Amino acid sequence: MAEFLQFLISGLTVGAVYALVALGFTLIYNASGVVNFAQGEFVMLGGMVTVFVSAAGVPLPLAAVIAIGVAVAIGLLLHRFAIEPARGASAVTLIIITIGASILLRGLAAIVFDKQFHKLPAFTGDTPVDVLGAAVQPQSFWVLGGTAVVVLALYVFLEHTITGKAVLATAANRLAARLVGINTTTIMALAFGGSAAIGAIAGILVTPITLTSYDVGTLLALKGFAAAMLGGMGNPLGAVVGGLLLGLLEAFGAGYISSTYKDAFAFVVILIVLFAAPQGLFGRRVVERV
Amino acid sequence: MRALLNQRSITLLVLAAVIAALPFVFPSSYYFRVASLVWVSALAAIGLNILMGQAGQVSLGHAAFFGIGAYAVAIGPTHLGIPPWAALLVGAVLSGILAYLVGRPILRLKGHYLAIATLGLGVLVALVITTESRWTGGPDGMPVERLTLFGWRVSGSYTWYWVTGGLLLVGTWIALNLDETPTGRAFRALHDSEVAAQVVGVDVARFKLQAFVIAAIYASLAGSALAFMNGFINPDQAGFLHSVELVTIVVLGGLGSVFGSIVGAAVLITLPQALTIFQEYEHLLLGLIIIVAMIFMRNGIVPSLSGLLVRRARS
Repeated sequence: MAEFLQFLISGLTVGAVYALVALGFTLIYNASGVVNFAQGEFVMLGGMVTVFVSAAGVPLPLAAVIAIGVAVAIGLLLHRFAIEPARGASAVTLIIITIGASILLRGLAAIVFDKQFHKLPAFTGDTPVDVLGAAVQPQSFWVLGGTAVVVLALYVFLEHTITGKAVLATAANRLAARLVGINTTTIMALAFGGSAAIGAIAGILVTPITLTSYDVGTLLALKGFAAAMLGGMGNPLGAVVGGLLLGLLEAFGAGYISSTYKDAFAFVVILIVLFAAPQGLFGRRVVERV
Repeated sequence: MRALLNQRSITLLVLAAVIAALPFVFPSSYYFRVASLVWVSALAAIGLNILMGQAGQVSLGHAAFFGIGAYAVAIGPTHLGIPPWAALLVGAVLSGILAYLVGRPILRLKGHYLAIATLGLGVLVALVITTESRWTGGPDGMPVERLTLFGWRVSGSYTWYWVTGGLLLVGTWIALNLDETPTGRAFRALHDSEVAAQVVGVDVARFKLQAFVIAAIYASLAGSALAFMNGFINPDQAGFLHSVELVTIVVLGGLGSVFGSIVGAAVLITLPQALTIFQEYEHLLLGLIIIVAMIFMRNGIVPSLSGLLVRRARS
């Protein structure tokens, strides 16, 4: 039981990070139709900027805020100078642009920071907490709680503010949204900024557990994309469920079956799910127009 | 028809001329090596372009087949005593069979779902290669026996330049011809609209699968060639980043343009070599160039430039 609980909590912790990355994917995808492969770079920026700013003597909470600010700025720049000029290009062209952006950001991080691994201190100490026999790092609670807050905040924003509803309207139908007077370009910029902030928060929360370096983004983008697809692309709830599910699959697969093949279980399950439900768990079936 | 035929033979002639002429301007064997790398990547990209550009299906896991080809010629002779040239064929057949078996269910998926399924396939193959170190040498990779053909030991960057160049020519020729067969036309119908293609009687599932198998075999042969050429192989060749690199080559050069895949490979392989003089700014510049190129030539280098030339000629 204790072992089961241990795997469960570590799976949820990792899964929460995947969920945040997937949420970032979903937000940008809904607003602009772009699959942003630079999403993992926001997570990297969150962690790296916090590490270096706090190393310069700035208190951790302030450093975290600065890191989120930097990520948002980069997200907006990415939209303004890489996505906006290519408006109307095909989906695959836009994907390659975001891949270029992720290479660029990784290169930038290697120059501005360095190529070493870095760690942040856990927010509230390193003494494991006993939960029904499972030893849990206090930072896990920060990751889970932080994710819950982000998801809740996003929900409230999307459902209960005019701007949020404009985002949903843009996601549903860009042309119709423009016709009712929504500035879809602003909405897209908002989505890039918001998604960068979500990514950065994920990076800050998880760095005390998993360390960070200039190149952690690729793997996270891959997992986040997988989580978003597992849940059904474009569905925020699906992104969160997909992320948590992916984390749990990895944790239980690694714990009970084989740790070397932990990535395999996740992808085998994704393949099986897609064979059974080609639109992901929560995706809607789209009818193709000819 | 004659115009098409001419365009096709012109592409081939230009390619042959470039391959034949380059050695006259190459100052050192290093250049031959880089050029061979371009030919090999171009071969894999041409195959992927048949799937992506002609049949309109995405694969984010194509390096898996590259890896299978590469490891077939590494494992076959070392562990199983198969002659190197036969191992190359075994790799191509295995890749084709895997693509056939996996392609059937995977290719029912569309767009991003197909992307993630192929990505998953790629991750799984790379993972097996990295983990089964008894056979593959694990993350460190393994040496590859030299290729011997009828007593002729193929080695040296100069020799490999010609061998890979020849392979590329054959690959280009097949891809160009394919474009003009009923199969090629069916692929393009799929690309434009699957529903419309189905309505006019194209067996959508069968042709998608064909394109996938052809692309897999191209990648496998390219992987085998690279393994022989380097005499060494590691799991990076089968990894996600290599898949992304192949897709980038295809899109950068121009979806659906055979010549574009070669140009894309030339740009993406030589650029990092050229950018090493900027040392730590290498990746920054590479990313920047990819972004700028895609913004200003959103259909890819070759279709965008040839479109520009046609417009110039008309006005």
